[in-house]
Amino acid sequence: MLKDVTIGQFFPGNSIIHRLDPRFKIVITLIFIVMLFMGSRFACLAIGALYTFLAIMLSGIPFKMFLKSVKPLLPFLIITALINLFLVGTGDVLWSWRFLKITTGGVNLSVFMLARIVLLIMGSSLLTYTTSPITLTDAIERLLSPLKKLRFPVHELAMMMSIALRFIPTLIEETDKIISAQKARGAEIDSGSFTTRAKNLVSILVPLFVSSFRRADELATAMECRCYNGGEGRTRLRQLRSARKDYIALAVTVFFLAGVIAADKLLPF
Amino acid sequence: MSILKTEELTYTYSVGTPFEKTAVDHVSLEINEGEMIGVMGHTGSGKSTLIQHFNGLLRPTSGRVLLDGRDIWEDKDKLRDVRFQVGLVFQYPEYQIFEETVFRDIAFGPKNMGLDEAEIKRRVLETANDIGLSEELLERSPFDLSGGQKRRVAIAGVMAMEPKVLILDEPTAGLDPAGRDKILSHIRAYHERTKNTILIVSHSMEDIATFADRILVMNNAKLFCFDETKKVFARADEISQIGLDVPQITRVFMELKKRGIAQDKEVYTVGYAKELLLKMLGRREGS
Repeated sequence: MLKDVTIGQFFPGNSIIHRLDPRFKIVITLIFIVMLFMGSRFACLAIGALYTFLAIMLSGIPFKMFLKSVKPLLPFLIITALINLFLVGTGDVLWSWRFLKITTGGVNLSVFMLARIVLLIMGSSLLTYTTSPITLTDAIERLLSPLKKLRFPVHELAMMMSIALRFIPTLIEETDKIISAQKARGAEIDSGSFTTRAKNLVSILVPLFVSSFRRADELATAMECRCYNGGEGRTRLRQLRSARKDYIALAVTVFFLAGVIAADKLLPF
Repeated sequence: MSILKTEELTYTYSVGTPFEKTAVDHVSLEINEGEMIGVMGHTGSGKSTLIQHFNGLLRPTSGRVLLDGRDIWEDKDKLRDVRFQVGLVFQYPEYQIFEETVFRDIAFGPKNMGLDEAEIKRRVLETANDIGLSEELLERSPFDLSGGQKRRVAIAGVMAMEPKVLILDEPTAGLDPAGRDKILSHIRAYHERTKNTILIVSHSMEDIATFADRILVMNNAKLFCFDETKKVFARADEISQIGLDVPQITRVFMELKKRGIAQDKEVYTVGYAKELLLKMLGRREGS
């Protein structure tokens, strides 16, 4: 059941999106986010949507996966939509009951916000779906490396991130295993009353902590055995190199951003 | 009489994602009461997935699992009872230990069954004795024990539920030879005493050969064969083709047969081999 978590999951592949330089992908994703938040008209959003769907198609990852990425945030989306729906008072009143009322402005805004957030989630999922966590942190380290001059521990931060990311699947698997083992001993974890379930949580958390500490200790030893002593003078197995396709992708993104800005300023409706 | 039965059991992981994989493919088998069964198979052959169906931890994608002739998924509320009747000890079970004392950890299963204090105490003491944990260990913290002892505490935790079927997934993995022999002999003693059905997953052909009445071999998610121990090891060529091995002593006798020295090739324990060789030597001396 825990295996169904898709956020932050990586789908190996060989599409053009997969092969882009991860540094460019991060920058492009940031531009994409700006693009979604620049315009306040539906036309701007349509351009953003076109961009998102084009990128999704190019990635070759089934669209279903992107719907799945939205699913865990559904409650949040619904609450946002409802707040917009009821609290915006502009435009004509469509329906009212005591203090609640729905106006055309409210409907418009809630649909707009909903679409914007869904696109935002889908577009940023594309980054993690097509980039392995390790290359991703590599890219972050490189992008942040100017901060080293300000004595900001960029390498340590990136290392911490890659270790954390690396161990998410391991910990999920471990948790799954422990849950199964305790269920086999009759622990009620997804059934039973709230108090028994809470009590049984101890039987999962204790082994999980014990094994996490053990793992951390083993990892530290293994790193020391390979003479790890920070990022100073460390060379890389995989050098990040930018190619023409990266600049093209960046140019296309900037073009879409320009389109959004133009649509926002120039279109009459 | 069959106690556990599967009908066309199939299980597919991550349906609908690029990681989709069928781990168990149309497996039908029947396990009789009181049997001691060895489960063999290559890493990734689907044996671990298969055994997790026996106590309802995994739900078949298609097919059925029957315990005492009843489909275990028929009534979801009784699934917990199924888990008390089919005890499953996972690989490296020591990670499931969490209580402050050995006694309380072994008592976790029986407590979940809703037994009274006296019965829980009886069961804990009896299984601790079965598995070779001395009484003064019971009040110690399980985290202070040695690896082999922790392993035994974890196994005892499942045994104490007195399941009709006990399944152990590689109970001896990662232990030294002494620890391995100890655990196996304790399991055998438990089997002698309770006459319960036991399934043991193992990579050691030597171990399987000494305890198993029947052997279940999985290969590429399919049931490769499920037969009496000697019949399975007689198919040594096929067994080695799927990346498994027969006991060393069986290989010795196959070679002896090839050279025309021995007739028998259904030899899979050292004890039997010794007997046979002595007989052969005696005959030669006599003639």
